[in-house]
Order: sequence, then structure tokens, then C-alpha cells
Amino acid sequence: MIEIGLGHYLTLGAIIFVIGIIGIFLNRKNVIIILMSIELILLAVNINLVSFSVYSQNLVGQVFTMFILTVAAAEAAVGLAIIVIYYKNKGSIHVEHINSLKG
Amino acid sequence: MQTIIYILPELFLSLSIMTLLIVGVFVKNSFKIINSLTILCLIFAVALVLNQPQETTKIFNNSYLIDKFSMFMKILILVFTLFILTISRDYVKKNDIDKMEYPIIIISSTLGMLLMVSSYDLIVFYLGLELQSLCLYILASFKREDEKSTEAGLKYFVLSALASGLLLYGCSLIYGFTGSTNFEVISNNLDSSNKASIFGIVFIIVGLAFKISAVPFHMWTPDVYEGSPTSVTSFFALIPKIAALAVFIRFMYVPFINVIDQWQTIIIFLSIASMILGAVAAIGQNNIKRLMAYSSIGHMGYALAGLATGSNSGVQGTIIYLTIYLVMNLGAFGCIFMMKRENIYYENINDLSGLSKNHPMLALSFLIILFSLAGIPPLAGFFAKFYIFMAVIENKMYTLAIIGLVTTVISAFYYLRIIKIIYFDKPKKPFEETYDWGLKGPLILSSILTLMYFIYPSSLIDIISSILIY
Repeated sequence: MIEIGLGHYLTLGAIIFVIGIIGIFLNRKNVIIILMSIELILLAVNINLVSFSVYSQNLVGQVFTMFILTVAAAEAAVGLAIIVIYYKNKGSIHVEHINSLKG
Repeated sequence: MQTIIYILPELFLSLSIMTLLIVGVFVKNSFKIINSLTILCLIFAVALVLNQPQETTKIFNNSYLIDKFSMFMKILILVFTLFILTISRDYVKKNDIDKMEYPIIIISSTLGMLLMVSSYDLIVFYLGLELQSLCLYILASFKREDEKSTEAGLKYFVLSALASGLLLYGCSLIYGFTGSTNFEVISNNLDSSNKASIFGIVFIIVGLAFKISAVPFHMWTPDVYEGSPTSVTSFFALIPKIAALAVFIRFMYVPFINVIDQWQTIIIFLSIASMILGAVAAIGQNNIKRLMAYSSIGHMGYALAGLATGSNSGVQGTIIYLTIYLVMNLGAFGCIFMMKRENIYYENINDLSGLSKNHPMLALSFLIILFSLAGIPPLAGFFAKFYIFMAVIENKMYTLAIIGLVTTVISAFYYLRIIKIIYFDKPKKPFEETYDWGLKGPLILSSILTLMYFIYPSSLIDIISSILIY
């Protein structure tokens, strides 16, 4: 049995973070997937903060996590609203079609 | 209770936002009254900031700092938001975005920026930043039946949320390896032997560079500036830059000052890349808003050059640069708002052709502002660049200074091209005369300030040289 320590949690956080970033850049299909990737990034940060907080016996990290959760919800709400009005204008939310501004 | 007087401006703004929302709900077609009330609130908030005690104070468990630097930045933010609201009033009405939420969202984001500028703790900083960015996402897509505006909002949302995520990841690493979110404790606990915390610094710099649109994190700037309504573009080009640059300075000089040898190279790289891209990419542009976007990228490069020196004179150079940049850009956007014929606003550079024949005064102030943006003496823009390069040379960073001078010359080309179009091309149909003093006043003020700055430059320098970051 290996002892699960801070390093493991940080690795998990880093892996989720990288998945989130790759999800934004490799995704050519749907904007909703980008929204999910952004949430993944924020969750990775939360894992980091909570594990740091537990291992350093310092409560600030958990308070920070609470704030991030709240802000993430607000951000998702604004993001979805923008996607809805965009869909109304364009009739599609495919990433490939978002190209009318260029140059 | 004693601490309350230190956050009176922020408290006042947040209470007035709620009051304005209630007024807006109960009064029909309330854009006009809300807009005027917002302007009034901003004037009052400036007075409150000016009335704050002068000495440096930390409140709320050292998480909120009031000093001369933050007060100066707050005054800049509030005053220029006020000017943006007055110069864009007519545009907002003509383009059907005169909803009562518009000024309210603008002052909400202003409130977020005030919090950012004063923050002395990662949590407070993050919350201020998000309050500001959430409002900016909405503003960018405010013309919601317009495809370009919504696309600009969507792009800005995705990239800005990504940048916030990177910044937060950096914050989490810094918190983990220094054990605190307070700037002062971070500054004491950081040391360059810990590679993970250096990683965190890099992430934070990436996030901040995104917010001030430094290359290579500038991709969103031209698209968002072109797509969003011009009133929002003028807001984007001025106000968030102040807040982001102020936070950038604060981060580099308070928590990260002990690891300056680690971040200095990154900032120099960002600065050089922004200066070069801002000079080269703007050449082929036909849309004036897009051109202003590239021009602002270039100007942020010069501002970062002062920041990269790591000295007090460099930071003061950056602050002077920022102030003069704001005055010049206010004038430039004032001129753009003048390009109106029969309720349609034009935004192509070719629409300006022969402007001098029909509107000699407007052409003259455009000329002054463009010369100043290009950095031609004796206008204000020259002095701004002069202070930056002086500080850079003092610190023996000759490569940075040489590249900066070369890019200044290159970027003069596209400013001069507009002047050539204004003065030597065939005149088109004249634009409408405007009698709106809310637009004319700031434009005249900004032209006079840029023109007359050389007579009494010490007025600005005296204020700024009393600002010490550390």
C-alpha cells in the first residue's frame, strides 16, 4: 500500500488542469465543451487549494475554494447566457463557425 | 468601525449600484435618468477618494491596502469612466443599446476594478478581477441582436475565463508554497530556489498579461475591439488597462519583488513582443477600431518596458505613460465617435478621407492625437516614451531601448498614414456636426492636454514621483 500524500493530490490537480486546457484548444466541435473545460480548470485549482490547505493546517485555502466555487457558478451563468444569444443570431454554436471577426 | 472610512468609495459605489437598479426597475425608459445618475455617482466617488486619509493603511486583516498608488489609480479609473460615459452617450442612443443596465454594468465593473487596485490579498484580488471580467463579458456582447457583438462577447468570455483559470492555478501554487494569500507574507516567504512557486509566478504573469493584452496573449484584442459596440470598445481600451496594469505593478513589486531575477526576463520578452506586434500588425488594417486595438497592444509593450526595469523610476515612467495613454486614447475615441452621418457611425479609415476640408477643427485634433500616439515631440506621447526609455537606459537594458525606438519609428508609419488620408485624400460627404458637449468637451480637453503638456510637465511628474510602490 502506498501512502497517499500531498504530491498525489497535486498530480491529480495538474492532470485535471492539463485536460481542461487541452480540451479548450483541441476541441473543434461545440462551445459547451469549452465551458466544461473551463469548469475543469477551476476544479483542478480547487483540488490544489484544498489539499494545500489540509496539509499545511491553514484554513485560508478552503475559504478561497468556497469563493472560487461561487464565482465559477456565476461565470457559467454569464457564459451560457452569451452562448444563448449567440445561438439566436447565428443558429449554431460550432466552434468552426465562430469566424466572422478576422484579419 | 474606524476602517469604514477607508472603503467609503467602494461602499458608496456598491450601494449606488443597488439603488440605481431599483430606480431602473420602477421608472420606465429610464436609460437617460440612470445614465445621468451614474455620472453623478462617479463624480461623488471621485470626491470620496480624494477625501480619503493620505497615509498608507492596511485594513481587514491586511487584505486591503489604501496608499497613494491605489488612490491615484482609482481616480484615473473613475474619471475616465465618467468621460467614456459622456462621450459615448449619443452613440449608445443611436445604436439601440440604451438600456438601463448599460451604465449600471459599467459602474459594477468599475467597482471590481477599484477592489482589484487596492487588493493586498489573493482572494480579494481574485474577487475584484472576476467582478470586473463578468461585467466586461456582458458589455462586449451588449448589442445582442448583432452577430459581431455576440461573437466578440463569446470569444472574450472563453479566452478571459481561460486566463482567469491560469491565474488561479498560479495563485493556488503560490498559496501552497508560501502558506499564505497575503501579499506581504508571500513576499517574505518566496525564494527562488523553490521551482514550484516560480511556476506559480509564471502562471500569474500569463493571466495578467492576458488582461492587459500583451503579446503572445493578445489574440482576443482585435476581434473584441472590432466586434463590440464602439462605446464598449472605448471603455475596453481605457479602463480595464488601468486596473490590470496597476495590479501587474502591485504583483511584481510587492509579493514577487524578491524573485525579480526570475520574472524580469519574462516581462522583457512580453514587452518586446508587444512592441513589435503592435507596430507591424497595425499596418494593414482598414478598420479604425482594429487599428486602435493593435495600437493599444503596442502601447502596453512600452508600459511593460518601464515595469521590467525593476526600479522606482521605471514604475513611475509606467504610471506616467499610462496616464498620457489614457488622455490620448480618450481623444482618439472622441474623434471616432464624431464619424457619424445620418445616424450611422462609420469605422473605416477610408471614411476619414479628406476630413480636413470639411471639418478643419476635428481634423486638427485628430492630427494632434495621432502625432502624440506616434510619439512625435513636443506632444505628450513623446514625453511618455521619453520617461520610459530614460528609465530603461538608466538600468542598462540597451537592447530593450533600441527595440523600443525602432518599433516607435515603424508604428509612426500607420499613424501618419491616417493623417495623410485625412489631409491629402479626396474629400467625401461631410460628417454631421455635433452639438453634444459631452462629446466635444472631453475631445477638446484631451487635444489641449496632449498639445500643452510640454509647457508644464512637472505638474504630472510631481504627483507621480510621490508615489512609491515599495
